[in-house]
Amino acid sequence: MATGTEPPQVNTGVHGDTRATIAPRHLRTDRWWLAPALTAAGLLAFIVYSTWRAFANDDYYAAPYVSPFYSPCLAENCQPMHAGPNWEIFGSWWGLSPALLILIFPLGFRLTCYYYRKAYYRGFWASPPACAVAEPHKKYTGETRFPLILQNIHRYFFYAALPVAAILTYDTVLAFRDENYEWGHMGLGTLVFLVNIVLIWAYTLSCHSCRHIIGGRLRHFSEHPVRYRLWGWVGKLNARHMQLAWVSLFSVALADFYVYLVASGAFDDPRLF
Amino acid sequence: MTELERQQWDVVVVGAGGAGLRAAIEARERGARTAVICKSLFGKAHTVMAEGGIAASMGNVNSNDNWQVHFRDTMRGGKFLNQWRMAELHAREAPDRVWELETWGALFDRTKDGRISQRNFGGHEYPRLAHVGDRTGLELIRTLQQKIVSLQQEDERELGDYEAGLKVFQECTVTRVLKGDGRVSGVFCYERESGRFFVLEAPSVILATGGIGKSFKVTSNSWEYTGDGHALALLAGAPLINMEFVQFHPTGMVWPPSVKGILVTESVRGDGGVLRNSEGKRFMFDYVPDVFKEKYAQSEDEGDRWYDDPDHNRRPPELLPRDEVARAINAEVKAGRGSPHGGVFLDVSTRMPADVIRRRLPSMYHQFKELADVDITAEAMEVGPTCHYVMGGIAVESDTAAALGVPGLFAAGEVAGGMHGSNRLGGNSLSDLLVFGRRAGLHAAEYAQRLPARPTVDETRIDAAAAEALRPFSAEGPADGAAPENPYTLHQELQQTMNDLVGIIRRAGEMEQALEKLAELRVRASRAGVEGHRQFNPGWHLSLDLRNMLLVSECVARAALERTESRGGHTREDCPGMEREWRRANLVCRLAPAAGADPASGRIELERKTTDPIRPDLLALFEKEELVKYLAEEELTE
Amino acid sequence: MSAYRAHFRVWRGDQEGGGLEDFTVEVNDGEVVLDIIHRLQATQASDLAVRWNCKAGKCGSCSAEINGRPRLLCMTRMSVFSREETVTVTPLRAFPVVRDLVTDVSFNYAKAREVPSFVPPPGVAAGEYRMQQMDVDRSQEFRKCIECFLCQDTCHVVRDHEENKQAFAGPRFLMRVAELDMHPLDAAAETGLDRRATAQDEHGLGYCNITKCCTEVCPEGIKITDNALIPLKERAADRKYDPLVWLGNKIRRREG
Repeated sequence: MATGTEPPQVNTGVHGDTRATIAPRHLRTDRWWLAPALTAAGLLAFIVYSTWRAFANDDYYAAPYVSPFYSPCLAENCQPMHAGPNWEIFGSWWGLSPALLILIFPLGFRLTCYYYRKAYYRGFWASPPACAVAEPHKKYTGETRFPLILQNIHRYFFYAALPVAAILTYDTVLAFRDENYEWGHMGLGTLVFLVNIVLIWAYTLSCHSCRHIIGGRLRHFSEHPVRYRLWGWVGKLNARHMQLAWVSLFSVALADFYVYLVASGAFDDPRLF
Repeated sequence: MTELERQQWDVVVVGAGGAGLRAAIEARERGARTAVICKSLFGKAHTVMAEGGIAASMGNVNSNDNWQVHFRDTMRGGKFLNQWRMAELHAREAPDRVWELETWGALFDRTKDGRISQRNFGGHEYPRLAHVGDRTGLELIRTLQQKIVSLQQEDERELGDYEAGLKVFQECTVTRVLKGDGRVSGVFCYERESGRFFVLEAPSVILATGGIGKSFKVTSNSWEYTGDGHALALLAGAPLINMEFVQFHPTGMVWPPSVKGILVTESVRGDGGVLRNSEGKRFMFDYVPDVFKEKYAQSEDEGDRWYDDPDHNRRPPELLPRDEVARAINAEVKAGRGSPHGGVFLDVSTRMPADVIRRRLPSMYHQFKELADVDITAEAMEVGPTCHYVMGGIAVESDTAAALGVPGLFAAGEVAGGMHGSNRLGGNSLSDLLVFGRRAGLHAAEYAQRLPARPTVDETRIDAAAAEALRPFSAEGPADGAAPENPYTLHQELQQTMNDLVGIIRRAGEMEQALEKLAELRVRASRAGVEGHRQFNPGWHLSLDLRNMLLVSECVARAALERTESRGGHTREDCPGMEREWRRANLVCRLAPAAGADPASGRIELERKTTDPIRPDLLALFEKEELVKYLAEEELTE
Repeated sequence: MSAYRAHFRVWRGDQEGGGLEDFTVEVNDGEVVLDIIHRLQATQASDLAVRWNCKAGKCGSCSAEINGRPRLLCMTRMSVFSREETVTVTPLRAFPVVRDLVTDVSFNYAKAREVPSFVPPPGVAAGEYRMQQMDVDRSQEFRKCIECFLCQDTCHVVRDHEENKQAFAGPRFLMRVAELDMHPLDAAAETGLDRRATAQDEHGLGYCNITKCCTEVCPEGIKITDNALIPLKERAADRKYDPLVWLGNKIRRREG
């Protein structure tokens, strides 16, 4: 990370000919690098973990829990899950991990999410590293051209995220069974799933595209009182979009990890009743 | 001085606040090529500080309201000293001026049925102030600014040049109105950024420079308010009237010292805020003057009921006109019942829920939180009087806004005198800007178009103006080699003098003292010098502004000494009563013929003028019993 | 609390060059950075250039950078710094410097002219405008803008890339487009002006990568990114990236 002490670049940006001659790239005295560093570290950790788990193709089902990374399971090579989300749309030719088929959607949703965009533009791309800290790039075109112009399709990933969230809700309902598929039970895993699904929904519904579709696009709220009220609620959630992005990212990884622990036999799911 | 840049325009507007911009819009729409010149950046004018609203009797909230009621309130507020014709025009035209803003994109707060919402304010009988939270002035300035941009876009489409018909010269200062053949022929200016001089030649010049508050120490006014327009008019030979009337807003911040004087909007009281002294008493009930006795609540209960049921209760005395409230606060503090930092308590925290306060008074909440660490939803504010507005100004013809005696000179807004009499009601300022800004623009454009030939510019005056503006760079101390005077020190001494000696409560001896001090400061100001060069040099700018502040301060002090009564924004401890004989008297200030020869001698001469009688149909709007309190015997019999 | 002497570094100079100058200056209870700059003017540097007006955070004149962060001089209290800390004050670094703390902000005025103004609804007379509060709330938030141009200054799109000033209007004026597009009575569409499409095609909305620095610096607390820029991006997406709308336009164009 830049410290602001290296020699100035010539004739661009804050070192342009007409700007006040100040050698450092920035004069911030606070720990401005901390936030992008933490963001980068957090996202990296998730990428490493999720890559390992997505390609593992193992330890993703421990009755009655199915890892959110593998739900719904769309290929024939999926582990059979009793009344679970086994839909063999892709048939037998798919030889890789079935997680890859479904993860594209939540991944695309988060990749094009307005909050994550900010996070990785700042954390990975240093564009900008922090406010009023000069960025290291010579040229910048933002989201005006391919591929970044594709960020505009965020709303389609939002549409796709809805059924995924619905299926994860279904999985959570299924988690109210015991390992013999008897209804009316609850384990620690059920709690983990419950927390996760609440956060997933909160994150999904707090999405900026959702806010737009539900009411933001209207010009006259007064003519659509119901949508106005919904828009208000989504707006309140939306104000916490960043926090929800992080906690739901963490909770989905945790739910998966919990299933991994139970499925691999490293941990026994404590049954509450 | 031959290399001076010169441009020809039809109308030059000095000042880009509400009045100046409204005038420029009107002049341009009447076909006049118009230049606006302002000391700050475009859109930063002091009008943004206006918080409460624009008074206009649209009757959206209470349908009993109409222009006659508004006229009555304005005359009462001004203690019948107002130029009645201006007050009439103002009350009649204000609603149209507000509605017009909506067609230019303004977004006022709304009533339930979608009209412009109106709020209560001191001295206004009905809810009358169109507002946007507590940032109405900003909305006004931005709307006018954006209207100007839209006119420029029109010119660009038709003529290929944004500035073909309407140009803003921002960060430029006018130091002289130029004349030729006995009429206005242009203005002499300098660009603050480069220090470069230039001349805008124009047959019509509209002064819309605002007020004089920077001559006082505790003030809600910004650095721009140095009385430039007042001084330019005097120097061009135009008279000023009513200069003794300076409004002290009752509620300015008193702590911390660095923000002392910053305005706390009257909306705080309009929306339910109450004033208390250190004993927790709502002291305003003890200060309702006789002329207002029937109009204001006598008990706290009645006052509180009024917010919900204004038709059957009388308003609380916190909503008396500003002069009354300011004097009351002053008296409480003097009697030892003030707050820790020398003000009184203004409390909304116990009157409204926190979220309502944050919604209705967002900038007040923000201002106290950021600047004083006070959460107004939880504790009371400390407030005290602050110099806010000058009722006096350039004497103008009521209908045309033309300055008396100087053909081609016009004035609108705070710099024009007469409209508000001895005391201005809150909210009447923004409407004044719009009504008379438009009238000034209209008549200035017509005047310019009617004139058969452009007046010539007297070259010697240009040279003299340039020499005058450069003097601070070659200033010398009193004896050879001594350092020149520091303009900042002079300014501070002037502010202290006016604050202490010609402030909210005045005494003859102190004002005489002030005049002596002003004479001394004038001598020293002629030696004010600056370092550096002409490029954006604030020390130089201040040295030039000192001339204006000293002229205007002398007007205030002389007129205040002359008027031996108390009325509105002029309170004499040695003459506490309001005298009916003084009602018809206007004090007119002019530049003394010999002025300038010796800085120690006074530069202003005073003249007492009797005003025209109020038109009978307007007088008929008042009850006889009320008129008896204000009007002189012979006026009533006439 | 009492008076103390603080260490200041203030940038002085002009287009020809300049640098940070050191000052030691008195600070009193409750003061803001602008008070200290004024004290410097009155006592140590009478020609120190600075813009200011209202000194109450309402006019947006005194924008500068304090310890590297874009802020209003009049709304930055000295109490946020420790007594030992050196306070560095520089002009805005995204705009050409004029002198000392004053910069040439004409970029912003040029951009303001490029946004087509409010179009009054035809056939509605002045005084006949009816709007519901809930419909004006959104645009009113944007109209709180005091045009301090701190958002324009901090935005890396133009701060770090002078060449983008051509194509990019900056957060302040994209917000202006959003304000007009959300205005309940704006009749631009009737005149054939599609504000959503122009936001992207003419005002450079696509350059914004929503990194939210504009929101961070806004002294009025306007949620520029969440409430103006992102909704505007979504509105542009409505027009250009919604296949149904796209298809509809195609067909209509062919017919026309």
